[in-house]
Amino acid sequence: MLAFIIRRVLQSILVMLVVALVSFSLFRFVGDPINSMVGQEASIEDRAALREALGLNDPFLMQFMRFIGNAAQGDFGISYRLQQPVMELILSRLPATLELALVSGVVAFIFGVGFGVYTALRRRGWVSNSIMTLSLIGVSLPTFLIGVLLIWVFAVEFQMLPSFGRGDVVRVGDWWSTGFLTHSGRLSLILPAFTLGLYQMTLIMRLVRAEMLEVLRTDYIKFARARGLTNRAVHFGHALKNTMVPVITITGLQLGSIIAFAIITETVFQWPGVGALFINSVRFVDVPVMAAYLLLIALIFVLINLVVDLLYYVVDPRLRADRAAARH
Amino acid sequence: MSVTNRMKSLRPSLMAGVAAAAMTLAAAPGAAETLRWARVADALTLDPHSQNEGPTSTLLHHIYETLVSRATDGSLEPRLATDWYIHPDDDTVWVLELREGVTFHNGNEFTAEDVVFSLERVRHDSSGFKALHSAVTGAEAVDEHTVHIQMSGPSPLYVQNLTNFFIMDSDWSAENDVEDPQNFAAGEENYAVRNSNGTGPYMLSERDPEVRTVLTLNEDHWDDAPEVTEIIYTPISEAATRVAALLSGEVDLVQDVPVQDIARLEETDGVTVTTGPENRNIFFSYDMTSETLDSANVDDNPFAKPEIREALALAIDRDAIRQVVMRGQSQPSAAPLPPFVNGWTEEMDEYSAPDYERAAQLVRDAGYPDGFSVDLHCPNDRYLNDEAICQALVGMLGRIEIDVNLVSQTRSLHFPLIENWETDFYLLGWGVPTFDSAYIFNFLVHSREGAFGAYNGSRYSNPEMDEKIEALATMTDLEERDALIAEIWDEIMEDRVFLNVHNQLLAYASRDGINVEVHPENQPHMADVTFD
Repeated sequence: MLAFIIRRVLQSILVMLVVALVSFSLFRFVGDPINSMVGQEASIEDRAALREALGLNDPFLMQFMRFIGNAAQGDFGISYRLQQPVMELILSRLPATLELALVSGVVAFIFGVGFGVYTALRRRGWVSNSIMTLSLIGVSLPTFLIGVLLIWVFAVEFQMLPSFGRGDVVRVGDWWSTGFLTHSGRLSLILPAFTLGLYQMTLIMRLVRAEMLEVLRTDYIKFARARGLTNRAVHFGHALKNTMVPVITITGLQLGSIIAFAIITETVFQWPGVGALFINSVRFVDVPVMAAYLLLIALIFVLINLVVDLLYYVVDPRLRADRAAARH
Repeated sequence: MSVTNRMKSLRPSLMAGVAAAAMTLAAAPGAAETLRWARVADALTLDPHSQNEGPTSTLLHHIYETLVSRATDGSLEPRLATDWYIHPDDDTVWVLELREGVTFHNGNEFTAEDVVFSLERVRHDSSGFKALHSAVTGAEAVDEHTVHIQMSGPSPLYVQNLTNFFIMDSDWSAENDVEDPQNFAAGEENYAVRNSNGTGPYMLSERDPEVRTVLTLNEDHWDDAPEVTEIIYTPISEAATRVAALLSGEVDLVQDVPVQDIARLEETDGVTVTTGPENRNIFFSYDMTSETLDSANVDDNPFAKPEIREALALAIDRDAIRQVVMRGQSQPSAAPLPPFVNGWTEEMDEYSAPDYERAAQLVRDAGYPDGFSVDLHCPNDRYLNDEAICQALVGMLGRIEIDVNLVSQTRSLHFPLIENWETDFYLLGWGVPTFDSAYIFNFLVHSREGAFGAYNGSRYSNPEMDEKIEALATMTDLEERDALIAEIWDEIMEDRVFLNVHNQLLAYASRDGINVEVHPENQPHMADVTFD
């Protein structure tokens, strides 16, 4: 187990280096940060001097090595746009994104599994049919449009929920701020969390449904029924449990994408998270923030993959058995 | 009423009654008036000399003050300076008489030393505004409330450059080690980025960058007390969300209203839309000097030929762009300067209806029987409907056999093309913060050398013209100077250096009962806002 974890950590570092290299090489195509940093009155000479001072004229590899060298010491530099230390900026935005991702992930998982089981067991009812139809909409409509529609209905027409922002937040500890503890904070979470989780929910639901239908046809389910077990025990104790391995994989990986791709939802709802920070940084060509953000996302994906791998061991006894067998 | 309160009142509980009672109290006459203000972007920093950028200066005008300020009609108004004039014995010296009895938010008195210090700081290498003060060689505090600014030569219009020059407290700056603006290469954050100490009518009480900034009234401010006593400033980058927040009553004033929503908002009950001209013109320009073009399919440079430039002027249908692209929200004109800029005349702005037949004939006569093709570079996130304006022009030029290949991209990719002379044909918007034509000539017409011609993408170069432009800077006889400006404009318009489209309009939307005037620099001041 320990060897496995060490091996995975080493692989992860390699993955992150590659991600950093690729993203760094892409920055050259985003544009020139100097233009956003100086006023329109700045002369050509002044611009050149600033470019030189920031090291933007250095060869690509040199810039990259400098970035990695500083990053290894925990120094990600100063944001060109907001003039604050990058790490501090990202850490101050991270709680908003993590809370949003967590809530939408949990919502997506609970409703996804629930609906999936329901539609697998009652394949013909009109409830099932409408759930399936609605899920098609969830998969096919772009996040942006769903967000704007929800704002229109619930904020403008019914004025029930706020259209933007995070509401009032409470500081917990040194750098964590939470919206869970205030009424406006909880209300503000509803629309963005639903928007962000909708796609994941339909994905999980369809996966659970397909897996359940598959499992329900297998012999051991028939045996279980023959043993006279209750429907409840058969459906949840045997069938659902056996569908969970792929579902956990997908949910885990999706949690990474929820964090990474919260960008659109955060922009639509003016959610003060790292995604919105990243988008604004791209517009400004704020290289230090972009580089640090991409590294962070890579780190999150790597960590989630690690956790998912470890969860397999917990959920699926066969993996443990194989390992045990291989050792003999 | 705040969102939180309304949410609570929806719940059928005792809380609703309490909240409602609290709100009634808050709305009592003479009580605090909060204004919730939203626009597309936040101020980048609170350091008043670091970033020369619109939203940053707009917010800072509430906390810090300038010596003179720009009124909504474009004229100069006294602020921290009560009077300004050129020294009677020395025309290279500006004399500024300062307001007495002004204090900074921390209680320090505002004196001539603070002006001298701030002028030093704004001229520092890492300042975003230093180019506006390049003619300054030094400043001297003659007494507590008089400053002499020494210029390198006569600079009759220097005072026009002071409208975004904020005054900092020299003692506070020394205490907090912020005597220079943020230096990016040094990699350390400057204390002034997040803390402020100005003389303005509002004080910073809360700031979460890109989330929320709360300003409260400075009770000790020298001017009459404004009606707005608290400002909650929220950036909302997504246009649809910004408008929704106004419609749902979560904000009171939206500054950057998307053009396509103006008509609908005007018809919405409870919402008022105010429009006015912005100090910004949108125009096309082209490389009219090089031997050949990079992107054209012909061996010479069509834009170097006067016939082709005339053909372009005949083919652009400004009224159609106004109606279709801008939905009526623009002022079409032929000259690339807004009406309130010194040097503008009504005749310059006149344009004729498009004449495609004659334009096509001119293209053929110029030696392109089958027309030619060229790339047009356009930003897609900088000006109102910038990409759509370019698309419209592509269609219009298609009718005279000029096959335009549109390359539209983000601003950080677009502007370096002009800066590096890598574009043959491009769209640019230009504002004139000094409200004088010389600013346009310096950056767009003068040959590129030193501080001149940074945005001269047409590569226009005329030594005689350069001399005239340089002469403008030091001419003290304003009548003679205006005559020279007119002469320069005649030449530029005749050479067709610019293909101007229109003067951009600004729109602010607010809930009914809030009166706000459109500011030509797009820098509305909440102290001027009144309630019905």
